[in-house]
Amino acid sequence: MDTAIVTPTLRAKDYKSEVAPVWCPGCGDFAVLSAVTKALAHLKLAKERVAMISGIGCSSRLPAYVDAYGFHGIHGRALPLASGLKAARPDLTVIVAGGDGDGFSIGGNHFLHACRRNMDLTYIVMDNEVYGMTKGQASPTTQPDWAKSKLTPHGTGMRPFLPTAIALAAGASFIARGFAGDPNGLTKLLVEAIEHPGFAFLQVLSPCQTFRPEQKEWKHLVHPVDTAPTDDPVEAARFIQADDGMALGLFYVRRLPIWQPQNQPTATPADLEREFAL
Amino acid sequence: MTERSTLAGGAALAITGSGGSGAVTAGLILLAAVGRAGYYGLLGRSAGPQIRGGESAAMLRFGPRPIECMDDRFDLLIGLDWENVARFADELPLDRSSLILTDAQAGPIPEILVRSGAQVRSLPWKALADAQPEGRMNMVALGMVGAMLGLPLDALEAGARATLGGKGGRVLTPALDCIRSGYSAADTAHVPPSALAPPVAGWNISGNEAAGLGAVRGGVRFVAAYPITPASEVLEWLAPRLELLGGSLLQAEDELASINMIIGSSFGGVPSLTATSGPGLSLMVEGLGLAVASETPVVVVNVQRGGPSTGIPTKSEQSDLNIALYGLHGDAPHLVLAALGIRDCVYTVEWAVGLAEHLQTVAIVLSDQMLGQSRAIVDPPGDLPFGAGQRTPLQRLIGNDADTDHRRYRPSPDGVSPMALPGLPGGMYTAEGLEHGPGGAPSSRAIDHAEQLDKRLHKLTGFDYGLGWAEIRGEGDHLLLTWGSSAGPVFEAAQRLRDSGTPTRAIALRLLAPLQRDALLEAIGSAGSILVVEQNQTAQCFAYLHSQRALPLHARSYARPGPLPLRPAEIMRALTDRDEREET
Ligand SMILES: Cc1ncc(C[n+]2csc(CCOP(=O)(O)OP(=O)(O)O)c2C)c(N)n1
Ligand code: SF4
Ligand SMILES: [Mg+2]
Repeated sequence: MDTAIVTPTLRAKDYKSEVAPVWCPGCGDFAVLSAVTKALAHLKLAKERVAMISGIGCSSRLPAYVDAYGFHGIHGRALPLASGLKAARPDLTVIVAGGDGDGFSIGGNHFLHACRRNMDLTYIVMDNEVYGMTKGQASPTTQPDWAKSKLTPHGTGMRPFLPTAIALAAGASFIARGFAGDPNGLTKLLVEAIEHPGFAFLQVLSPCQTFRPEQKEWKHLVHPVDTAPTDDPVEAARFIQADDGMALGLFYVRRLPIWQPQNQPTATPADLEREFAL
Repeated sequence: MTERSTLAGGAALAITGSGGSGAVTAGLILLAAVGRAGYYGLLGRSAGPQIRGGESAAMLRFGPRPIECMDDRFDLLIGLDWENVARFADELPLDRSSLILTDAQAGPIPEILVRSGAQVRSLPWKALADAQPEGRMNMVALGMVGAMLGLPLDALEAGARATLGGKGGRVLTPALDCIRSGYSAADTAHVPPSALAPPVAGWNISGNEAAGLGAVRGGVRFVAAYPITPASEVLEWLAPRLELLGGSLLQAEDELASINMIIGSSFGGVPSLTATSGPGLSLMVEGLGLAVASETPVVVVNVQRGGPSTGIPTKSEQSDLNIALYGLHGDAPHLVLAALGIRDCVYTVEWAVGLAEHLQTVAIVLSDQMLGQSRAIVDPPGDLPFGAGQRTPLQRLIGNDADTDHRRYRPSPDGVSPMALPGLPGGMYTAEGLEHGPGGAPSSRAIDHAEQLDKRLHKLTGFDYGLGWAEIRGEGDHLLLTWGSSAGPVFEAAQRLRDSGTPTRAIALRLLAPLQRDALLEAIGSAGSILVVEQNQTAQCFAYLHSQRALPLHARSYARPGPLPLRPAEIMRALTDRDEREET
């Protein structure tokens, strides 16, 4: 950026758009929105250089509430949308946001490959262990015996998906967990995630007031991670497998090669045409 | 070759052989050679289902005028060996005036080919090849056939250099020796190609390469895609060349990803494209709807193959028109185009990119295996001959500082509103797949839905597409109407009919949606006999044209599925032989 131009310092609320959230009162996603705007203000990012990308779900509504460029795409495809944007526009800060259904179920394959591709993206998953938007079905992170959905009246009978373990196995270079009930901790993690060069995965425990009211208890269950973040995947795997799912903080961070095309033009299409001449 | 009277005007020949016999390589060299001898040419290939190796056939037709389709029959069949050739027999129509050239050591000629009544000559290719160090029978046969066709030796040598040069001297040197050996052993008087003008500055290009070139000419600098037959060569051509142009290609994890990736890059301001075939297009349709709703320009080149499902991956068919037209849910107007030939792949894709960018929408370009994987000697395609439209050049209307109203989806007289690109202060908006108001905020109000639906439809229907919507040749009371790659055999059928005293007009549609109905009805005029020709089972285009009230009721359909190519003679028969082919 041109240093001669003095950008007035923006406050967190300057990053909020005028669109009123559709979220239920008390939804954890409000706290995530605030943390995002605080992190952007803290990092002094110019609004027009930030792109918020999402799929479909309650949580995926977040981009419209941030005063930046945004794309509210289709269910499960936020990561490819963001990857294409970042590939074409490395100058932008690209932040992807969505839910556990969007990211781990319908978009699960993209999650694996986005971790592996390690583009410089920040991926926030607001995990409420439920499909909020479609009114309360089990998601990949729902406990096997949760029987409140009519679709799975006996529970899913399947062990939940371990997002942090999968991110590690798939090659993510930054793995952390935050909690909507800990806004300061969440903002700090977000700042670190955005600053991290590479694919930063941030799982955010974000309670669903409406369909998982029992998640109010989460505030008594969460606890800070008791060790410093490691750059050793073996150590990280041991920690993640022993984790109760409620540890908050940065688990693993490592510098890994980033996939980012940066080609300078050395030819024109007319130059290329010569190869066809007899 | 005095017995082959057609040769002065070119010839149609096929080379068959099992995996490793080099039939396709010989075909590629021969194509390059006829180009250097001043002919136009078309080289198709057919491969068995094996992943690598296996039997294959190269089919070459050349002549003094542009070649737009395969002929009805082959003059020459060059059998390097006969293993599994029965799998291709139906693609190799021969008759009593055809000639089969082979080596007695290749074994007995399969009964199915003998039954055609074709004459047979046995030639000592194997012995000549064995006499050379590293000698290869395909190169000996190539040299000898080249001599029989009257091609200059230096054209054959140049063709070999152009085709094999990359493989180094260890391959090229013995190949050249074998070509010379076969050439001088030919027992026919050499017919010099004196009737031909000096070689034109022709191009040797495949349809898939042409599609790639059209993309970059149109401004595409980002491609995301997942490999699939028969589209992969578009991607193979583009990957290294996009790098030279400062762009890039991203190999995605699947087509759900690739379509969304190009929507993302296009949102970022970079003209973007993907290439796929039927199964991939099926996976992309939800993403295409997002591009339509969010008004993000993207282009999909769909190289059709036999369907449904995995179908016949290596063979051609025009059966994806329905999904291209109707595959998207909701009222989702978009552009559907079809390339009319190998050379036309350049133009149609280039135009599609311009239109998609200008109209901020989706363009699906239908090519097919026949176009994509065939090579041709063609005149170099100059500048887009029909791209004018309303604004030249066709390009995206990008928001800028001077805009007083940054509402991304605000209605405008032509339905196109400026698109701010990330980085423009003040232009911030959230692109939406949810229905939205003019500023982009989600809305389920009837008034917003109606306004945005109209905006997205009218920007397409109100645009002046100029002359590019179709290619029209000839005049006559008879009319052949077609789309996409069937244009080749249709144009030739119409030409032959005209030559034999049946005035026939041919119309090939390049722009299928939005259909240029008024222009089409005017071009159809009062034709007394109308036949709609296409390569699919259910007459998809015929049904579409009727649904748009764009066809007189007496129009008939000639539709048949792949994988066998449509040939001019069957189209002529279908047009003239009304009773037999009366459409129900
Ligand atoms: C292709 C497709 N299938 C299904 C849906 C319906 N759908 C919308 S949101 C959603 C689940 C959202 O769950 P999650 O991502 O966890 O978000 P949350 O609402 O819990 O924040 C589903 C199934 C859809 N929009 N698109
Ligand atoms: S349903 Fe749950 S996740 Fe969705 S807005 Fe309401 S509280 Fe939040
Ligand atoms: Mg959820």
